[in-house]
Amino acid sequence: MSEILVLVEQVDGEVKKVTLELLTLARSLGTPSAVWAGPGFTADAKARLAEYGAEKVYVAGSADVVDHVVAPKAELLAQLVGSAAPAAVLVAATAEGKEIAGRLAVKTDSGVITDAVGLSEGFVADQSIFGGGVNVHSRVTKGTPIIAVRPNSTAPAPSPAAGTEEEVSVALSDAAKASKIVERVKQEKGARPELTEAAIVVSGGRGVGSAENFSIIEGLADVLGAAVGASRAATDAGWYPHQFQVGQTGKTVSPQLYIAAGISGAIQHRAGMQTAKTIVAINKDPEAPIFELADFGVVGDLHQVVPQLADEISKRK
Amino acid sequence: MNIVVCVKQVPDTATERKLRSDDKTLDRDAADGVVNELDEYAVEEALKLKEAHGGEVTVLTMGPGKATETIRKALAMGADKAVHLTDDALHGSDALSTSYAMAQTLKKIGFDLVILGSESTDARTGVLAAMLAERLGAAQLTLANKVDIDGSSISIQRLTDYGYDKVEATLPAVVSVVEKINEPRYPSFKGIMAAKKKPVATMGVADAEIDASQVGLGAAWSEVVDFAAAPPRAAGTIVKDEGDGGVKAADFLASKKFI
Repeated sequence: MSEILVLVEQVDGEVKKVTLELLTLARSLGTPSAVWAGPGFTADAKARLAEYGAEKVYVAGSADVVDHVVAPKAELLAQLVGSAAPAAVLVAATAEGKEIAGRLAVKTDSGVITDAVGLSEGFVADQSIFGGGVNVHSRVTKGTPIIAVRPNSTAPAPSPAAGTEEEVSVALSDAAKASKIVERVKQEKGARPELTEAAIVVSGGRGVGSAENFSIIEGLADVLGAAVGASRAATDAGWYPHQFQVGQTGKTVSPQLYIAAGISGAIQHRAGMQTAKTIVAINKDPEAPIFELADFGVVGDLHQVVPQLADEISKRK
Repeated sequence: MNIVVCVKQVPDTATERKLRSDDKTLDRDAADGVVNELDEYAVEEALKLKEAHGGEVTVLTMGPGKATETIRKALAMGADKAVHLTDDALHGSDALSTSYAMAQTLKKIGFDLVILGSESTDARTGVLAAMLAERLGAAQLTLANKVDIDGSSISIQRLTDYGYDKVEATLPAVVSVVEKINEPRYPSFKGIMAAKKKPVATMGVADAEIDASQVGLGAAWSEVVDFAAAPPRAAGTIVKDEGDGGVKAADFLASKKFI
């Protein structure tokens, strides 16, 4: 089986779920090799990657790889594409993952597909475009297929493999070091899962009414182990930080379950969440367009319905 | 400082967007064309930087003839001049060939700083700024929610999942912006009138020294195999809250094994 490179996403040495998804997906089309970029590779991380099918783990442990914006990771992958001649390269379709894919495509003169939600024989990618309105099959026709896959597209399944470690040294160009990261500022609230990666997202909108009332949304998210999202109306009003905005000018999420509370469902919001597998909407306005998408909808005041739902979930656990 | 702001005309999200059945490219006639929303933030940021540091703002757009509407809007906001890269040979260009064509044009017109929106609302690939930085050998300062310039030094706050990264570089640079960065101004009547007199240079592939074999549908690095309208979602169950809306929602979640 041919080798497929999977760029590992990790936070403080902990492998993110999306990487396990990509390894699972890669296994259906070839033999996955994980690519670890930067310091922090541990025996735990190695075990985790091997558990989900990484036959090999390329480790580029130099701090240089993560101290500059995106370009070093693209150079690392380009080097491996040159030496290993893989059948494809998979990255997570996060904002940064897509940027890496873009630079890698230029470097290796290869086609790139972003936001794939599935992948079949011949690396034909499923995509859902125009806010979920059109389903597309597309494929790369030149070079090594570089494919950015959306989190939550595949259920991760273990399948132990060797996980043979291979050190990689990468000689970065000056151009790759042009943008230096001088400080990382962490503002994330609590220990909730990352928004684009979460299996469940609970979002609040205009109907929440104030920043303080977002605690209602957070309460529901916490009993479900969910991430919190917000509509643009809510982030524009300053009720919730911008990086949690779901929609056309914010994040695209594709969770198993999306709960929209106090969100009317303007087309711009729908563009960011329409591919969720199951959608639940809670809104006072029975005419709200979000109900057209909802698998289950409650016409009512979120200030009553959401806390009751959170209580009920706690009781049934 | 020579700032070039890249803008794209996209189909209005609020209208129906389609692919053409013949060549599977975007059907530009099916929907109203508008300025890509995030590019308006890019124009605003370019104007602010010019106001603070001097220089000139050039609008660059690649697209068919009707993309001039997009140029006019950016000029009416306050940009000084525009370059419209337009050629039948460019039709159907994918992100790789678009970035190549735009990079060639940027080399031709010169720049200290290139600014664009972090993605377009139609293709949403989010790769163009990174590709331009790669092709131009310029610093990549993308997903910015704040930009500061001091002489030839530039720093941004790069939006991340956990907050932001503070990133520094030396010009030339390619910056992409997120919506949080500013509030785009509305063109004034005076601005709209002035825009009519501002110079718009039209360039084709030959003018920009673009190798025509590297652009257009035939040169694309990927292809759409087939496409179809997404099947409509089956109608869901809608209940009215009569004091037990949360309980009913919990019943639904339990039936779907979420709890």
